[in-house]
Amino acid sequence: MEEVLHAPHHEEHPSGLMRWVTTTNHKDIGTLYLWFSLSMFLFAGSLAMLIRAELFQPGLQLVNPAVFNQLTAMHGLIMIFGAIMPAFVGFANWQVPLMIGAPDMAFPRLNNWSFWLLPVAATLLLSSFFAPGGAMAAGWTMYPPLFIQGGISYDMTILAIHILGLSSIMGAINIIVTILNLRAPGMTLMKMPLFVWTWLITAYLLVAVMPVLASVITMLLTDRHFGTHFFNAGGGGDPVMFQHIFWFFGHPEVYIMILPAFGIVSTIIPTFARKKLFGYTSMVWAVASIAFLSFIVWAHHMFTTGMPVAGQLFFMYSTMLIAIPTGVKVFNWVATLWRGSLTFETPMLFAIAVVCLFTIGGFSGVVLALVPVDIQLQDTYYVVAHFHYVLFSGAAMSIMGGIYYWLPKWTGHLYDETLGKWHFWLTAIAFNVTFFPMHFLGLAGMPRRIPDYALQFADFNMISSLGAFVLGLAQLLFMYTVIKCIRGGQPAGDKPWDGADSLEWTLSSPPPYHSFNTPPRVD
Amino acid sequence: MGQRSHWPRYRGVALLAGVAAGPVAAEYAINLAPPATAIARQIYDLHTMVLWICFGIFLVVFLPMFYAIWRHRKSLGHQAHRFHEHPMLEMAWTAAPAVILVVMAIPTTKVVLAMKDTAASDISIKVTGRQWKWEYEYLGQDLKFISSSATPQAQIDNQAAKGEHYLLEVDRPLVVPTGQKVRLVFTAEDVIHSWWVPALGVKQDAVPGFIRDAWFTIDTPGTYRGQCAELCGVGHGFMPIVVEAVPPAQYAAWMTEQKTQLAAAKSSAEKEFALAELVAQGEKVYVANCAACHQASGAGIPGTFPALDGSPVVTGPPAAHLERVFKGRAGTAMQPFGKQLSDLEIAAVISYERNSWHNKTGDGVQPSVVAALRASLGK
Amino acid sequence: MSEHASGYYVPPPSHWPIVGSFALLGLASGFILLLAKVAAGPWIMALGAGLLIFMLIGWFGSVIRENQAGLLEGKVDSSFRWGMVWFIFSEVMFFAGFFGALFYARNIAVPWLAQAQLLWPGYAGTWPTAGPALTDPFTPMAAWGIPAINTLILLSSGATVTWAHWGMKLERRWQLKAGLILTIALGLLFLSLQIHEYGEAAFTIRTGIYGATFFMLTGFHGLHVTLGAIMLSVITGRVFAGHFNSRHHFGFEAVAWYWHFVDVVWLMLFVFVYWL
Repeated sequence: MEEVLHAPHHEEHPSGLMRWVTTTNHKDIGTLYLWFSLSMFLFAGSLAMLIRAELFQPGLQLVNPAVFNQLTAMHGLIMIFGAIMPAFVGFANWQVPLMIGAPDMAFPRLNNWSFWLLPVAATLLLSSFFAPGGAMAAGWTMYPPLFIQGGISYDMTILAIHILGLSSIMGAINIIVTILNLRAPGMTLMKMPLFVWTWLITAYLLVAVMPVLASVITMLLTDRHFGTHFFNAGGGGDPVMFQHIFWFFGHPEVYIMILPAFGIVSTIIPTFARKKLFGYTSMVWAVASIAFLSFIVWAHHMFTTGMPVAGQLFFMYSTMLIAIPTGVKVFNWVATLWRGSLTFETPMLFAIAVVCLFTIGGFSGVVLALVPVDIQLQDTYYVVAHFHYVLFSGAAMSIMGGIYYWLPKWTGHLYDETLGKWHFWLTAIAFNVTFFPMHFLGLAGMPRRIPDYALQFADFNMISSLGAFVLGLAQLLFMYTVIKCIRGGQPAGDKPWDGADSLEWTLSSPPPYHSFNTPPRVD
Repeated sequence: MGQRSHWPRYRGVALLAGVAAGPVAAEYAINLAPPATAIARQIYDLHTMVLWICFGIFLVVFLPMFYAIWRHRKSLGHQAHRFHEHPMLEMAWTAAPAVILVVMAIPTTKVVLAMKDTAASDISIKVTGRQWKWEYEYLGQDLKFISSSATPQAQIDNQAAKGEHYLLEVDRPLVVPTGQKVRLVFTAEDVIHSWWVPALGVKQDAVPGFIRDAWFTIDTPGTYRGQCAELCGVGHGFMPIVVEAVPPAQYAAWMTEQKTQLAAAKSSAEKEFALAELVAQGEKVYVANCAACHQASGAGIPGTFPALDGSPVVTGPPAAHLERVFKGRAGTAMQPFGKQLSDLEIAAVISYERNSWHNKTGDGVQPSVVAALRASLGK
Repeated sequence: MSEHASGYYVPPPSHWPIVGSFALLGLASGFILLLAKVAAGPWIMALGAGLLIFMLIGWFGSVIRENQAGLLEGKVDSSFRWGMVWFIFSEVMFFAGFFGALFYARNIAVPWLAQAQLLWPGYAGTWPTAGPALTDPFTPMAAWGIPAINTLILLSSGATVTWAHWGMKLERRWQLKAGLILTIALGLLFLSLQIHEYGEAAFTIRTGIYGATFFMLTGFHGLHVTLGAIMLSVITGRVFAGHFNSRHHFGFEAVAWYWHFVDVVWLMLFVFVYWL
């Protein structure tokens, strides 16, 4: 039995600001990631409020097209890299060591740097709004040649993404090594909670594709300033080449953003159904298949670029294939609920909503996978609907559910269940009011990334904007509920959820600063 | 079959039933555009089929879930059962989606192949995307023109009531004959654009430096509208497409008329114009081509698009001003307008800029000077 | 809490990461100011770079001290091994992006440009090419001169570092030292020949897609060789300081693995950039 070794005087960790700046503790670092993520979520959400305010009616009322393009591009970039990914890393930091009975992450100091790189990137991104010409406005997808035309904020964006990539790669290596190396005795891979599996596989995806993003944005930088012709046809390059390399990163990236969500849902549903997760083995295989397939579908983002028909068919078939393991997961969740003993606390409400609404997003994905239909829907609001269904009601709502689920463990207090339920219902309903009409807008012919639109799109845009305003306000309620719980509430006890069964629930709430100094024995 | 039913305010609730009820019952604003080509019809039908299948799967999966939520509650005293796997069921629900996907893939593949078949076309038109307008060139016909948005800025700025085809109207539509296979050849001048007309079922990215193609055959005469479908900068939402499909005889007549007008414009460009006339024409050119960046006030957008009002280039020697407009400025959004505008248009817009706002140079440029520059550059 | 000889070491709170963050903030801001032609740019970059070096020395210094104190054995050692493997994998994927660009350009972009005769009449699209608009002829880099010699040099350096490794395992310090010094010397020889070749090149990074892919790939490779040579020097210094023994020498192994990775990338470069 190995015990954890700490340097002498380690028990006296610094307090105040220095505690948070120098910490090597996975719980502290998890907390830092989650606060960072919440602040970025609120900022990027405000950008969305401005977008929906401009789109409330036809005509330009609030912002000019140049500013509007900055809003849409930065909303996407900050939500993906500032809100969703750091939130999931925050969960990984808090939960993975606890769930596998490890004393901390494999590289605790590196873990600190992975977090403290984020404010550097955020500084570059947020201050880019004040650079001459304003923030980056070429979409989060940054396609050249448009990207080459931009001002200095585009270079700030490239550097910020490099720093974010460095943070993610180091974090992913940390997670892989922690899971492979630091599991408690007796915890074989097939005994790990599914949340840990989803993060192991997500980490592999990160290590594989974030460097590819780094290489392609370096090519953007050299095309912009050093005279290279990677994306310039006159020099033998090709703007579409950027798209290929970018989406080779970009498609696994969306699975990076959803697999941990699957892990959270797979934790919450068995707890509140009081029933083991149905089909654990097939769930693991499904996650692995999704990850593998995610490398060979990238060009479904590019069906209109003019690729040969063989390419269109290949990517159509591979994209349709991904529906199978994804469907298997949904069936397994439903089978877990079936004949369970269900209660509907806030985490469970979120988890069930995720399953339903993410599936709708999955259906619109299957529609988009069909090349002829995609020709009509590519670059329209149908795509915007699709990815908000999978990313908001998939990823973001599972994050919210996970927060409610684990806040009692992290803080020792129960959150206010009434407020939680209010937050849930406002969010779920407002979300659908905001994004369901966007399917129709896309079908009816409204392109995306436009600040103004033709008159036949007016009604649904107004409905969508109203939904968005309610959705935004509801997140203020979320923040209030979370802060209220941190400051106090009914004592949670070790295991407030009687159906929970992973290792963190064997510890006190909150857990000791150092947990599992002696690894538990797992049968 | 079907009729225009009276939709309640929240049409979304009745969407699936309404859409699936058939194309005629579906309003434009909810479903895909009424198809005007055979391909568009096939796409429409594919989408309807997939939608029904998805709806069916949704019911099959979520009815049990909602039943469980309703009946298998702890508050009703329901005890949790102990099963957590069932190999036969799991294999079945892995195989069934696979079969459904194959069923979807077969008709879809046929349409994919049909969409790519651009051979044996009757006419070919080269489409060039620019920031922020489309240029059409009828290959083999010596006819080329630019098609820009015709929606007045006043409507966009909410100073005037919006017209019926707000943001979907152009000054010169693309005219094509019905019943003939039209092949479009796409490229772009500056950034990636995308030419999209929903009713025709055609969307194709226009990539600078590369050639892409697509085709359509329109059955019924009519006006079909579309928009740019790839973010291309500030004017992305303001570069619409209008296709006018007319019977072949009418198309031939239109072609002849265009060529006549072109010849007339060429000869008029050789004469000398009064400054006032140039300035007046120049204002129209400015609004259509320059105001998007440099603004109607000539003030530009600081840090992004330079001001023309008080600009040293605009108020300095006319030759340098002409060079800038004609050749553009590499590495920026300032395009070489020599490629897009006629000699008369360039002469007019330069004269306008030099004598508007606070600029009072009192001079201008004649179309013949522009023609000389064009000849010297070999363009 | 007791201390065991074998336990998982969890480092105490550390200020090195935040120093690194400030360093990168300085490097990034300085670079941005440099691009914006602000005079302070290069100075701020230098400050950031200096701070980064300070951090690397400090942080690795801590790790070395912890290692010498025997704190990093058992599972921590295997953590470091796994970590290094996955770090090298991420580096492979970084190069994969650029190799992907080369592959796409040669096999797809350039042939399609040659087919677009409507836009580029007369463009043949044979490799190497600077594209249809940059038609001035240029001489590409020949494979069977200095690049071939460089291949032999790097392959030999892979052999010398392996020879050094055997010296480590057989407790033959002289062999270990000689092997390391030879490896570094070969690495530096490689670099100087590359720099010479860069100077002699009849084209630049601006020479169309050929120049772009050539200099990007070989440039980043050269950067990695430089980093590898620095790391080898640090290890050599540690060897002379008496660190490492035949059973515990992960620092050496990690750098040796890195060196082999750099060697393999060169082989790919030689075949796909220089030769074919």
